[in-house]
Amino acid sequence: MIKVKLAEDKINKIKEICTSFGNKAGEAINVLHKVQGEFGYLPAEVQEVIAKELNVSVANIYGIVTFYSFFTMIPKGEHPISICMGTACYVRGSEKILDEFKRQLKIAIGETTPDGKFSLNCLRCVGACGLAPVVLIGDKVYGRVTTDKVQEIIGEYKA
Amino acid sequence: MAKYKMHLLVCGGTGCSASKSTEIVDNLHLSLKEKGLENDVQVILTGCFGFCEKGPIVKVMPDNTFYTEVKPEDAAEIIAEHVIKGRKVTRLLYTDPENKEHIADAKHMGFYKKQLRIALRNCGFIDPENIEEYISNDGYAAIAKVLTEMASEEVINEIKLSGLRGRGGGGFPTGVKWEIASKNHADQKYVVCNADEGDPGAFMDRSILEGDPHSVIEAMTINGFAIGATKGLIYIRAEYPLAIHRLQIAIGQAREYGLLGKNIFGSGFDFDIELRYGAGAFVCGEETALIHSMEGQRGEPTFKPPFPAQSGYLQKPTNVNNVETYANIPIIILKGANWFNKIGTEKSKGTKVFALAGQINNVGLIEVPMGITLREVIYEIGGGIKNGRAFKAVQTGGPSGGCLTEKHLDTPIDYDNLIAAGSMMGSGGMVVMDDTSCMVSIAKFYLEFTVEESCGKCTPCRVGNKRLHEILEKITKGNGTMEDLEALRNLAGVIKDTALCGLGQTSPNPVLSTLDNFWDEYVEHVKDKKCRAGVCKSLMRYVIDKDACVGCTACARNCPVNAISGEKKMPHVINDELCIKCGACIERCKFNAISIK
Repeated sequence: MIKVKLAEDKINKIKEICTSFGNKAGEAINVLHKVQGEFGYLPAEVQEVIAKELNVSVANIYGIVTFYSFFTMIPKGEHPISICMGTACYVRGSEKILDEFKRQLKIAIGETTPDGKFSLNCLRCVGACGLAPVVLIGDKVYGRVTTDKVQEIIGEYKA
Repeated sequence: MAKYKMHLLVCGGTGCSASKSTEIVDNLHLSLKEKGLENDVQVILTGCFGFCEKGPIVKVMPDNTFYTEVKPEDAAEIIAEHVIKGRKVTRLLYTDPENKEHIADAKHMGFYKKQLRIALRNCGFIDPENIEEYISNDGYAAIAKVLTEMASEEVINEIKLSGLRGRGGGGFPTGVKWEIASKNHADQKYVVCNADEGDPGAFMDRSILEGDPHSVIEAMTINGFAIGATKGLIYIRAEYPLAIHRLQIAIGQAREYGLLGKNIFGSGFDFDIELRYGAGAFVCGEETALIHSMEGQRGEPTFKPPFPAQSGYLQKPTNVNNVETYANIPIIILKGANWFNKIGTEKSKGTKVFALAGQINNVGLIEVPMGITLREVIYEIGGGIKNGRAFKAVQTGGPSGGCLTEKHLDTPIDYDNLIAAGSMMGSGGMVVMDDTSCMVSIAKFYLEFTVEESCGKCTPCRVGNKRLHEILEKITKGNGTMEDLEALRNLAGVIKDTALCGLGQTSPNPVLSTLDNFWDEYVEHVKDKKCRAGVCKSLMRYVIDKDACVGCTACARNCPVNAISGEKKMPHVINDELCIKCGACIERCKFNAISIK
């Protein structure tokens, strides 16, 4: 027996989203986008519900979730930090910026701080190469970041 | 546009938006209202002007004044001085880096002089969220011409005659692609726009979609008519929220105006477009992978043939073209193939949009005629290398391309010349590197990307690239041997010959081109255990010159791991065991006493 940890209303929300896409297997990616938008991440329990609704195997859904980097099975922090690792940012020193964030937050890539405030990730080019190196916190873009500015940027969200 | 005396165009691209350009628009509106000018002067948030380096940009029309690095608090001054008194705000004008003179008119700026804007014709010129502005600039005139005056074969012939080749990277002739799709009969065909721009450092498709979404919608409709498809799909990255937003608005407006939907222009032709979202997978830029992703599956490529034109989306004939390719279509129909095929080189017609980035003075989006040289792009448009450093390499074609050097600077840029030089056109990323870039590390950087993005379906790409990456890692750690260099070349050749899809086959290109062009640098890493650019941490040591050090303690105080010790006013020393080689001490030392050995 699968132990379902999800609350009834959450299961209903997932079902509602699946229904809005006609419960079609071909809409799996759209369903996952919508569900992740709702819950922030896609834990195994959520994938089980989706698989059942779309009438495909859980392995199939898991295969899609793990294939695309946009989907995550780990909850992100309240303020997700993304360091751009596109070529333009890389040649302008984004690796040093990443190291500094890692050092100050004491977490590695893909991890979330114990208080749930920050999570750290890399992404490939947001297309703001004129501002390289670029850091995103939530939807906010910070351009021309230097190692000196890292503490200040984190500080904005600590209060 | 006629009822206004003056227009203030504010760049609303991703780069300028990040530097508060929407606040500039709000403040301009506010100031205009205060002065009672809101009915005389129009403020428009446009797509990208291309000159991202100096953003945010505000352009005043009709006098074509180009203001750079504008801040929200400058809005009031622009209104009070320029709009009301007719005096340009000199401090916001672009300063020529050579003679330090202020340039008011964008036409005279080095950045724009050599550019020819065809695909970007409307970017930074019209309001992308207003279909009327697109229409008043000949928008939807091409589809009107096609539907009322032309037969589908004539459309295909016109595109064939124009010599347009796919701008997504491969360079396949667009007209030929359309012809193949048109000859395959089926009850339903599809037209797909590939907007899954995944190359790191490339942002031209995004800028077109943000700045001129209607041109893509119009072109897809023309494409639909030419091959007999009634449904269009745009596959776009979920990472481009602004482009998605503007496309949604544009599709809605086009439907409202009857330019999408049933019986367009009373011709009996039906066509509509839907959006499909990517979810972050580089391989989905490959057309068969893209189609599988649209079907809700893992985006893994499949062997060709069958080509999408035979069996694509839902096993129906499907034509896939890239955003920039589409942006060229309406103007080719309007001005004619014989206008377009006069531009460019013998085998590569028209223009190409490049995202110029890296260690260059003018970072931005440029469009140049095919056949221009790299030297013209880097030194005349790009304004040369940042901080007066030496040019080392330029990378084109992203993870599928290669690094070109000094000796390639005068090669005319076109599809065939770039391939002959060991790189490729790719989608148009152009990253310039100076002598602070280590070429072995750059090759490793691209391999890291490929390893992460490989879909894992075929062994040469999944395992082969991982092995390439391990060898490169070994070399940058200082443990490489000359046999390793040999192994790199052999393995790269095998992957090239045996990988399943275009992405796998081109993935060793960054390694091969750096081996060819920067052999000495590889040998230095292997034999001398030296990284001349000072990038490979394992190969360097930070040393304080005891004669130059005055003992100011700045380095010791800023060392994150307390590896520096010494008394005040006495020379300091770095403990190699503790040093993490972060470079913080060098940045802080005012006496140039610290060097990398």
